[in-house]
Amino acid sequence: MSTHAVSTKPAKRLVAVDRFLTFIRVFLVTMIVIGLLAFVWQQIDADNPFARWRNPGARGLTGDQFKGLLMSGLSQGSMYGLLALGYSMVYGVLGFINFAHGEVFMVGAMTGFIASDKFAANGMWESNFLLCLVLIMLMAIFFSTFTAVLMERVAYRPLRNSPRLIPLITSIGVSFFIQNLVLGLFGPGAKGYPRLPEWLSKQRSIFTFEIAGTRLLVLVVAAVSMAGLWYIVERTKTGKAMRAVAEDKEIASLMGIDVNRTIVTTFAVGGAMAGVGGILWGLMFRSVTHMTGFLPGVKAFTAAVVGGIGNLGGAMAGGISLGSAESLAPLLILEPLGVPGVSQLKDAVAFTVLVLVLLFKPSGLFGERLSSEERA
Amino acid sequence: MSRVTATMPSSAIDQDWRRVLRWGLICGGILVALCLVGMPVELDRREIIERYLSLGYVSILLIPVVIGRIAATQVVLEGFESRKQGLFDLVTGLLVGIMGGTCLTLLIVALDSWNLRDPLLNWSPKLFRFLTYENGIGFGAMAWIVTCGLLGMIGAASHVVPAMVRRVSGTVVLSLLSLSVLEGAVDDLSEGFGLDWLTDLLYAKKGGLTLTSTIVAGAVIAVVAVLTSGRVKALTTSYREKEGAERQKASIILFVVVAVLCIVLPMFLGKIMNELLANVGLFLLLALGLNIVVGLAGLLDLGYVAFFAVGGYTTAVLTSPNSPFFAPEMHFGFALIFVVIFAIIIGLVIGAPVIRMRGDYLAIVTLGFGEIIRLLFLSDWLGPYFGGAQGITNIPGVDLGFATVKGTDPRSVFYLVLFFCAIAIYVSWRLQASRLGRAWMAIREDEQVAEAMGINTVNSKLMAFVVGAVMAAFSGAVLAAKVGSIFPTSFMILISIIILVVVIVGGMGNIAGVMVGSFVLIGVLGGPKQPGLLQEFQNYKLLIYGMLLVFMMLKRPEGLVPSARRSRELHQEEFLQDAWLKGDKPDADGVGDDGGEEE
Repeated sequence: MSTHAVSTKPAKRLVAVDRFLTFIRVFLVTMIVIGLLAFVWQQIDADNPFARWRNPGARGLTGDQFKGLLMSGLSQGSMYGLLALGYSMVYGVLGFINFAHGEVFMVGAMTGFIASDKFAANGMWESNFLLCLVLIMLMAIFFSTFTAVLMERVAYRPLRNSPRLIPLITSIGVSFFIQNLVLGLFGPGAKGYPRLPEWLSKQRSIFTFEIAGTRLLVLVVAAVSMAGLWYIVERTKTGKAMRAVAEDKEIASLMGIDVNRTIVTTFAVGGAMAGVGGILWGLMFRSVTHMTGFLPGVKAFTAAVVGGIGNLGGAMAGGISLGSAESLAPLLILEPLGVPGVSQLKDAVAFTVLVLVLLFKPSGLFGERLSSEERA
Repeated sequence: MSRVTATMPSSAIDQDWRRVLRWGLICGGILVALCLVGMPVELDRREIIERYLSLGYVSILLIPVVIGRIAATQVVLEGFESRKQGLFDLVTGLLVGIMGGTCLTLLIVALDSWNLRDPLLNWSPKLFRFLTYENGIGFGAMAWIVTCGLLGMIGAASHVVPAMVRRVSGTVVLSLLSLSVLEGAVDDLSEGFGLDWLTDLLYAKKGGLTLTSTIVAGAVIAVVAVLTSGRVKALTTSYREKEGAERQKASIILFVVVAVLCIVLPMFLGKIMNELLANVGLFLLLALGLNIVVGLAGLLDLGYVAFFAVGGYTTAVLTSPNSPFFAPEMHFGFALIFVVIFAIIIGLVIGAPVIRMRGDYLAIVTLGFGEIIRLLFLSDWLGPYFGGAQGITNIPGVDLGFATVKGTDPRSVFYLVLFFCAIAIYVSWRLQASRLGRAWMAIREDEQVAEAMGINTVNSKLMAFVVGAVMAAFSGAVLAAKVGSIFPTSFMILISIIILVVVIVGGMGNIAGVMVGSFVLIGVLGGPKQPGLLQEFQNYKLLIYGMLLVFMMLKRPEGLVPSARRSRELHQEEFLQDAWLKGDKPDADGVGDDGGEEE
C-alpha cells in the first residue's frame, strides 16, 4: 500500500491535518453560534423567520422551563463532579485513567439499593428516614471504598511501573469484571429504590427557582463532600502527602512519605466520594442496574478533563458545567437547529463537549495539575 | 557474586502462616463467589463423565488445584540458593485447599440457615442441593473439605513430581476435558467424515464421556503423550530458532497447511459448526484491524465498533430494498467500493482530532465517538435515513452468479469471510515489515524519538486508523449480508472491548496471535451475541472476558502468542537485569537472539 506516503510530502500532509482540524473547530463554533442565535430569536419572537428557518415549530422556552433545566443540570453535574474527583485524584497520583471508577460508583448505588430495600421491608425507611439515609450512605461509602482499595491492591499495584496504556487496559478489564460479577450476583433487572418520603421529594422554591427536594439534597450533600475533601487535601497531613506524591513519587518517598499508603488513601477517598455519588444517583433516579456505572463514569472522566485533570476544584466545576451543558445544549442549540428528538442526543452532547475541550484547550478550563513526569 | 542462602523452614509444619492464610482466603473467596454467581449450578447440566462428573463440579474442583499450585510456587531469585521443594509445599497446598473447602462449608451452613434470596439471585435450594450432593450438610462439609484439601495438595504436588509425570498427567486431564467439552464439535466433525461409530462409542447418549471410554481414552492419550514427550516442544523451538529464508520456508509450509484446512474442513462440517466458524472469521477480521491500530501503532481505540457500524450500515443502505430514504439496491460488490470510501472518510474524521492526544485521552475520546455514532444511528434525527431503532431489514445476500451467500447457508458465509480474512492477513503481514509498519512500531515504543528519527507520526497514525477502519468496515459489510438486517443494538461498545480482549489475549502485534485469540475466545466462549462451543458459558462469558483481560495484563501482557519485539519491549527491565546478571553489557535493544521476521 502507500509505503511512500510516509516519506514523499510530509510537510504538506501535516498541514492538511491541521487545516482539517481548524475546519472542524470553525464548523463547531459556527454551529453553536447559529444555534444560540436562533434560540435567542425564538425567545424574542417565535414567528421570526430566522427562528423558523430550521425549526418550523419554534416556541421557545419559558423562564420556568429554563430554570428547571438549569437546576436538573446542576444537580446531575454535581454528581458527575463527585465522581470526577476520583478520576482526577487517581490521574494526578498515578497518571492513568481508572476506567473502573464508574463501577465503584455503581457498587455504591447497588449497596444503597440493597440496604434501603431491607429498611423499607421492615418499616424503618418510613418511620426513621434520616437515620436510614445516614446508614445507607455509610454502607455505600464502606463498600465503594473497599472495592476501590481492593482494585488498587489486586490489579493496579503490580503495574505501577509499566507502560502507560497497560493499567488503562487493565482497568477496562476490571470494569468489565465488576459489571458482570454484579450482574451474576444480583441479576439483570433494574432495581428500584423505595419511595422517598413526601417532605423530601416535594417541589421547593428557592429564590424563584423551583427544585425538587431530592435534587436540593444532592446539591447540599455534594457541596458538603466537596468541602470535606478540600479540607482533607489542603489542611491535613495525609492531604499534604497526597499532593507530594502527585508531584513526584520518588522525592516524596525520600521525604519519608509512605507512597503505597498514600496511593491507597487516594483510592479510598475517591471511592468514598463515588459511594456518596452512587447513593445520590439512587435517590435521584431511584433505579440501579449493573450498567449504571458505565455512562456516568465516562462522563465524569469528561468532567475531569473539562475542569483540568488533577485539579480538584476544576473537577467539581467541570462536572457542573458538563451537567448543565448536557441538560441545556439539546434545547438551546440543537432544537433551534431543527434536530428532532433532541433528548436522545444528551449523551452525544456530553461526548461532543469532551471533543470540544480537547480541541480548544486540552489542559482543561482551569488548568491541569500533573507531576513533571506525567506532563511529558 | 556471593551465594546467599534464603531462610529455610526447618520442617513441614513450619509454614509461612500469613501466606497460607492469604491464599486460603483467596481460594475460599473465589469458590464462594463462583457459587453465588451461579456458575456451577448452571454448568451442572453439562456432563463430563456420565453420571459421575459434571462441568459444574469441574469448574469448582479446578480452583483448589490452581490456587494450590500458585500458593506452593517458590520465588526463585537469581543469586539466591533456592530450597528443594517437597513435603513442605504439599502441606501448603493441603492447608490452602482445606481453607477453601471450609469456606464452602460455611456457605452451605449459611445457605441452610438464612434466606438471602432477595438480593442474591443464586441463593437457592438448588445451590444447596448442588453443594451437599443431596446428602445433608454433614456429608457436604466433609466431602468439600477433604476433596479441596486433596486437590490443593495435587496442585502443589505439580512442583514436586518429576516433570515427565506432570506433563503427561496434565495432558491427559486437559485432553479428556476438552474431548468432553467439545463434544458438539467432535460429533459434527466425525459425522462429516463418516465416523459416527467412534462418537457413539466415546460419548454417552445424554452427553458426556462414559466411564469406560474415559479410562480407555485417558490411557491412549497417556501413551501418546509419553511417546511424543519433548518432540512437540523441540519442534516449536526449532521453528523459533530458524532464521531468514529457512524460517520463511517453514512459515509458508505452516501457512499452506492452515489454508488447506480452512478450505477443506468446512465441507465436512455441519451447519452449526460452520456458523461458528463464520462468526470466528467475522471477529478475526475485526481483530486484525484492531491489531494494526492497537498492536502495531499503539493507539488504544475503544470506539473501534464505529467502523464496524459504518461498514454494516453502508452495505445495508446500498443493497437493501427496505432502506428508508435511499435504496439503490446495489450489488454487494459495488457496495463494497462505497464501504471502503466511507470507512476511509470516517477513519480520517475520527482519527484527525484524536491523533495528537495523549494515549489515554485518545482511548476515551474514541470511546465517545463510538457511542456518538451508535446514538446517531438510533436517533430520530437520522431515523428517516437509517431506520432508527427499527434498523434496516431485508438485506439481500451476496449474489455470486453461481451461488448466493446468505445467512441461511453458513458455509458460504464462511468462505466469504475467509476471503476477506485472507486479504486482511496478507495486508497486515506485508504492512508489518514495510516502512509504514516499522514506523508504527517506532511510534508505539516512543513517539518523541520516532518523530526525531524523521517519521511523520501524524500521517502514520492516520494511516493506522484508516487501515483498521477499512478492515472493520469489511467485517460490518459481511455481517450485514450474513444476518440480513442491521440494528443500532448490533454495535454496542461491548464489541470494541471484546475485540480488544481477543487481540490482547492472542498477542498484540502478532497476526498468528490474533488468529489464535479469536479461535480460542470467539470459537470456544462466543462473541457478544453469538454462542460459542461452550454454550453453557453464555451467561458468564463476559465475566470470563473481564477476568482474562486483567489476568493477561498482570501475568502475560504480551499475549498467548507473543510477538518477539513486543515482548522485549514489555519485559525490557527483565532483559536488562538478566544481561546484567550474566555479566553482559546492558543493551537496550533486546538481548540475545532476535526473531528473523521483523529484521
